[in-house]
Amino acid sequence: MTTDWRPSASFEMLGLRAQVLCQIREFMAEHAILEVETPVLIHSAVSDPNIQSFSVGFHHPNQPDQKKLYLHTSPEYAMKRLLAAGSGPIYQIIRVFRDNESGKLHNPEFSLLEWYQPYYDHHDLMDEADALLRKLNFKRTIRMSYSEVFEHHTGINPHQTERMELQKIAKQAGLHTAANDPSLLLDFIFSSKIAPNLGHDQPVFIYNYPACLCALANLTNDDPPQAERFELFISGVEIANGFNELCDVTEQKHRFEREMQLRHQTGNTDHTIDQRLLDAMTSGLPECAGVAVGIDRLLMVMKGCDDINQVIAFPVDRA
Amino acid sequence: MAIFSTNEFKPGLKVMLDGDPCAIMGNEFVKPGKGQAFNRVKLRNLKTGRVIERTLKSGDVMEGADVVDLELQYLYRDGELWHFMDQNTYEQYATDEKTMGEAAQWVKGEESCIVTLWNGVPLTVSAPTFVMLKITDTDPGIRGDTATGGSKPATLETGAIVKVPLFVELGEIIKIDTRTGTYVGRAK
Repeated sequence: MTTDWRPSASFEMLGLRAQVLCQIREFMAEHAILEVETPVLIHSAVSDPNIQSFSVGFHHPNQPDQKKLYLHTSPEYAMKRLLAAGSGPIYQIIRVFRDNESGKLHNPEFSLLEWYQPYYDHHDLMDEADALLRKLNFKRTIRMSYSEVFEHHTGINPHQTERMELQKIAKQAGLHTAANDPSLLLDFIFSSKIAPNLGHDQPVFIYNYPACLCALANLTNDDPPQAERFELFISGVEIANGFNELCDVTEQKHRFEREMQLRHQTGNTDHTIDQRLLDAMTSGLPECAGVAVGIDRLLMVMKGCDDINQVIAFPVDRA
Repeated sequence: MAIFSTNEFKPGLKVMLDGDPCAIMGNEFVKPGKGQAFNRVKLRNLKTGRVIERTLKSGDVMEGADVVDLELQYLYRDGELWHFMDQNTYEQYATDEKTMGEAAQWVKGEESCIVTLWNGVPLTVSAPTFVMLKITDTDPGIRGDTATGGSKPATLETGAIVKVPLFVELGEIIKIDTRTGTYVGRAK
């Protein structure tokens, strides 16, 4: 008889999850943010070359051929279509699916809280996220720019440093792969040398990322321009990812095409650009900011868990 | 030699790193948000014994190392070399002082040792976990002293020196834990 029929999370954790979901919904209702449900099963998978989508075959009862559909990796595209249709502020608590991701902080199926506020910029949204965290009994958040925190921990300015210098620092930090891509080098240096030190005394928002690390954010007017992106770190763990969203359809189409090209280079040719999202943006996406919060990781840092299995009833291995 | 990708890295797999054979001890999946995936790999350098950590881009490869662990019987020592034999194939192997390392002080003959070979050449030797050796030199214990818990040095037939309880005498055979070099008990 196997024992993995049992949940890997304790009932205390399952109880905390129920409580947190309830508190999130209370917060959203207090702030007049509408809860929506958008499809998990979608036609156009995400173009980001670093995210892999699960595909499924859909048999329409009135059609002979099987249609390839995908499990969404985030509700973003559908929620932006709602915003373009005039929904006003919206949120969703939903399961998302990412292939080839499994580890202490990753389950291929996980829960996201994603919300969008028209007419907010990323700073306004950080204020609102801070209020939600206070409701969940976290300490007041602090805010630091990516350059500030990068320079503090490595001594160099990430927006202006030569690739060779980045390669040297990455090698010292243990990167074995020879890498030329600045976004990979920055990502590695940040995640190995900086992120583990963030958000221990209090949660911290890191904002204004290098432009290369961000497909869907607006860019600042600085030189070089930075992406209006922010991330939330608590106890060294990356908890949330947010943007001042890109609303320009021409620029969006251009970025999608660039990502598709990168996908094609690595042999992924079956994704199509989401034309419905582009049509929505042509019609007009209001200026807005959006954020996605990893609910499982939020629970992990609330209780000091070191493995995501401790907060999910049945992680993939025993699903 | 075979090539292994990060999704094949399992504890125990032997790979080459910077020219040295290493054993993989752990492989952790790391993925910063919106970025590429990495594998943080913990390795033990089989030549130096040191544990190191390296991060690879997911999908990257490392060359396999031709490392095997053989159970060999220790035969004898002649001057600078220790000789071992594979009891299945009768093939003989010789190791020097450096390769013997700690194991040299625990073997006297016929012990079964694990010898790690790299490219067919002995790299390290592990003595059996427990050995029984005779004390060839030690001071006499104080008569009646069985419970004070003090210890004295004793030289063993292999030349090794270990701490033993005061009541243990010259000529006795004792059991040693070779991992820690400590007295475990008297031979029954």
